[in-house]
Amino acid sequence: QTELLDLSTVDVILISNYHCMMALPYITEYTGFTGTVYATEPTVQIGRLLMEELVNSIERVPKAQSASMWKNKEVQRLLPAPLKDAVEVSMWRKCYTMPEVNAALSKIQLVGYSQKIELFGAVQVTPLSSGYALGSSNWIIQSHYEKVSYVSGSSLLTTHPQPMDQASLKNSDVLILTGLTQIPTANPDGMVGEFCSNLAMTVRNGGNVLVPCYPSGVIYDLLECLYQYIDSAGLSNVPFYFISPVANSSLEFSQIFAEWLCHNKQTKVYLPEPPFPHAELIQTNKLKHYPSIHGDFSNDFKQPCVVFTGHPSLRFGDVVHFMELWGKSGLNTVIFTEPDFSYLDALAPYQPLAMKCVYCPIDTRLNFIQVSKLLKEVQPLHVVCPEQYTQPPPTQSHRTDLMIDCQPPPMSYRRAEVLTLPYKRRYEKIEIMPELADSLVPLEIKPGISLATVSAVLHTKDNKHVLQLPPKPPQPPTSKKRKRVSDDVPECKPLKPLLSGSIPVDQFVQTLEKHGFSDVKVEDTAKGHIVLLQEAETLIQIEEDSTHIICDNDEPLRVKLRDLVLKFLQKF
Amino acid sequence: MPEIKVTPLGAGQDVGRSCILVSIAGKNVMLDCGMHMGYNDDRRFPDFSYITQNGRLTDFLDCVIISHFHLDHCGALPYFSEMVGYDGPIYMTHPTKAICPILLEDYRKITVDKKGETNFFTSQMIKDCMKKVVAVHLHQTVQVDEELEIKAYYAGHVLGAAMFQIKVGCESVVYTGDYNMTPDRHLGAAWIDKCRPDLLISESTYATTIRDSKRCRERDFLKKVHETVERGGKVLIPVFALGRAQELCILLETFWERMNLKAPIYFSTGLTEKANHYYKLFITWTNQKIRKTFVQRNMFEFKHIKAFDRAFADNPGPMVVFATPGMLHAGQSLQIFRKWAGNEKNMVIMPGYCVQGTVGHKILSGQRKLEMEGRQILEVKMQVEYMSFSAHADAKGIMQLIRQAEPRNVLLVHGEAKKMEFLKQKIEQEFHVSCYMPANGETTTIFTNPSIPVDISLGLLKRETAIGLLPDVKKPKLMHGTLIMKDNSFRLVSPEQALKELGLAEHQLRFTCRVHIQDPRKEHETVLRVYNHLKG
Repeated sequence: QTELLDLSTVDVILISNYHCMMALPYITEYTGFTGTVYATEPTVQIGRLLMEELVNSIERVPKAQSASMWKNKEVQRLLPAPLKDAVEVSMWRKCYTMPEVNAALSKIQLVGYSQKIELFGAVQVTPLSSGYALGSSNWIIQSHYEKVSYVSGSSLLTTHPQPMDQASLKNSDVLILTGLTQIPTANPDGMVGEFCSNLAMTVRNGGNVLVPCYPSGVIYDLLECLYQYIDSAGLSNVPFYFISPVANSSLEFSQIFAEWLCHNKQTKVYLPEPPFPHAELIQTNKLKHYPSIHGDFSNDFKQPCVVFTGHPSLRFGDVVHFMELWGKSGLNTVIFTEPDFSYLDALAPYQPLAMKCVYCPIDTRLNFIQVSKLLKEVQPLHVVCPEQYTQPPPTQSHRTDLMIDCQPPPMSYRRAEVLTLPYKRRYEKIEIMPELADSLVPLEIKPGISLATVSAVLHTKDNKHVLQLPPKPPQPPTSKKRKRVSDDVPECKPLKPLLSGSIPVDQFVQTLEKHGFSDVKVEDTAKGHIVLLQEAETLIQIEEDSTHIICDNDEPLRVKLRDLVLKFLQKF
Repeated sequence: MPEIKVTPLGAGQDVGRSCILVSIAGKNVMLDCGMHMGYNDDRRFPDFSYITQNGRLTDFLDCVIISHFHLDHCGALPYFSEMVGYDGPIYMTHPTKAICPILLEDYRKITVDKKGETNFFTSQMIKDCMKKVVAVHLHQTVQVDEELEIKAYYAGHVLGAAMFQIKVGCESVVYTGDYNMTPDRHLGAAWIDKCRPDLLISESTYATTIRDSKRCRERDFLKKVHETVERGGKVLIPVFALGRAQELCILLETFWERMNLKAPIYFSTGLTEKANHYYKLFITWTNQKIRKTFVQRNMFEFKHIKAFDRAFADNPGPMVVFATPGMLHAGQSLQIFRKWAGNEKNMVIMPGYCVQGTVGHKILSGQRKLEMEGRQILEVKMQVEYMSFSAHADAKGIMQLIRQAEPRNVLLVHGEAKKMEFLKQKIEQEFHVSCYMPANGETTTIFTNPSIPVDISLGLLKRETAIGLLPDVKKPKLMHGTLIMKDNSFRLVSPEQALKELGLAEHQLRFTCRVHIQDPRKEHETVLRVYNHLKG
């Protein structure tokens, strides 16, 4: 949805994890976007794999012609149920191609966790480990005085990635919270157990198991669980197949990102051993990977077996073949682990189905209990989140525990809505050059508080401000040729300082007398005093906060009086 | 005046036992903690008693940084942390943290088990020492404490080698460790951004050398190996297990494949297989090409190179052997060298720098009769070749790095005094920055002149910049403000705001004058004229 903002005015895109970059080519290749994209290395590499798989699966089934007439609102209205209700169909786009993916990825700047990246000198952004996936990050966007945290897709569970960095989120003025778990009621640990036992049961009964999944992410954890489980469950002879155009790359890449893994896996690399046990599964031929069901796979294929393949929506990819192959037998099982798609919708076109269906969504992202714990821990001033997190899910409206609960209540935003953050910027950093600092004369006004008047030249470069000593006034130009010199001299608008304080009349009169005014006469008024200099025909009205000098046509006298008055006042 | 103090405890006008103390804005940081290969007595470790006479090192040092895993940069670490006693943080990159303990253990074995020394650190001490290590990512900003932060940059010297920026407030120091500015067959080139540190501490191993192109050297190397093998000779290449070894292996592997050669290549046992494994797992630290192709073909899985067994040394016929350590001062490489030295058909190729006092250094300086242990004299008849493959920046590279980082001062370590002197002059001439080269134990003080950060009220700043945007943007404008200093905080605000904040009332000063004007015109016309005049 792009009409809300002009993407060519966007300077920077921050990417949280590889699932959040699937639309990147649409932005970088079609919108006139010229800014920079920041992401971590694993995010880019695995994101590339996901896109590659997507493009590959789509291009494998070329369509001779594509219909678009139905997208017309009038026509769409007449179509049967799911199509009729589809929203924003006019926005639906064709899938990008590999060259576009490569072009998009080439625009990404790689960053590391806790790396401080200066943007235009005005703000600093920092990615932090979010604990959800390899290289997944939360982002801190801060200036000298304001700190905004963007928390998206985070996990407090210990799986393979580096644990979430919570400490750095502290002292945020605003915390934007999104990407919470899709299935707040399911416990990932329990789901993994269920996954294993269902898998074992099916295989023992001679059936096959199909696991629709992404080529990276939870699959690493599943393989690790199975690695520990298969021997005890007596499954050591059952082949595991991982079929994806990027299966090999995904398994290889997972082994080289030691620095992005949890502590246990890092220590393994120090030994040196591969961090994930799927290396051993491959070595012992228990796990085999193939780019597609064609070629080698058809020779090696043995049943019963377990197949991991995509796409989890069951709409494209090799998973479609297996659904059709195995769907008719009650012995087989399909196990859904990815939480992003409703399994009922996914299965709908395949009905009627004899195959068993098990739903074990494994979503390690934050649930609401963890959110409230996290918010208590990091204490942001304001929380901003999507509207749906501020009320219980529509299907379980009694579950008031399934919403974000914090003080002050979170501010919510809706799709295509602009939210103004209740935060006002008041200060910014500026640097005073040492020479200028030397020349300042501080004046103690109150105990512990000093003031100094600063007159300096302000230089602003790359949003950094520096105050420098004003250059010395140049010698008056001797000839006309040298007139250009004065270009470097700042325009000096005369400094008109503010005055403060009050004038003690008695002392003022004494001073006047000292300076040769012999006939000073003081009159009291309602608000103050009037000092009369009779000979000079001059009148000075002194009040608490003002002084009025009335003197006629005698400039030297006026200047003299002014200087005497100023002696009693503080200048700013 | 704020100052930065630097004292080398090792590697001051010398190569070996790198150890440099830096004091910056009240923080004390120790850079590297190495041993000296040329000595076997007290001089092999830096003199840590210099840091503090009485009192614990932990209280005095804020952190220790290790640039890479070579022993002349980390060899004294267990001695320092466990025997002298230091419990603070030690920072290094992940590959360094992985490989360092293995080299230390190897070093300990050679010293204690083979040479029978006592009073040396134990395996347990190495383990305890490594527990104090905090691993850092490239470019990650590590907050050591509230004020002190460090950041690692890629150095390209060996796997996991890093340069470190140490920053307190707006003062900063960059320590390069050992680095290499030209990418080689397995690593990329060192890189740093224009971070304008107050001080750049650079190595200067090849301060006076400008090396010919890498390609020529590689061709030379291959030619020499090939010739020797053709005439049935044996080639010994003493290397350190990690680093050059892998680069040369890749080189020979591809050459063997292309030329279809049959002579065996061996890699001395133990460490090396493991070492290759480290390269496979830390492939993100190697160069672009290897990283891109690793899924199809991992460059560190060698087909032609096999593990070496001690018995192979006596096999007849040609062979190429990589053996550790690289300076021929102990271990397997020295054993093989003694066996093969007598035959003029054989060849030893020294691919890296050799520290004074080692056998490697002796044969390179032309010595042909060596006194070995037990007063035995060894006559060297085999050909001795030197090839600079060590991944240090040459003079050109050092200048290039200085240009990249734009430091205000440069300090040279890890090099020979004479060569440093030459480079120092060159740096001062070309960049007009001061360049220092302290000897061990000598303190260099550098004065910095930091600007003072204050908070400016956004209102004032916006008002000023808005004026600045008027027609002539380039022309500097004078701005006025009031600086409020209150318990260590500095705020620059407009004079009006300052008065308001301090609860002071403004005092108005007015003047009134009577002016007599003689004008023949009508009264209101006169008023109008005066008004127009004032308005103009």
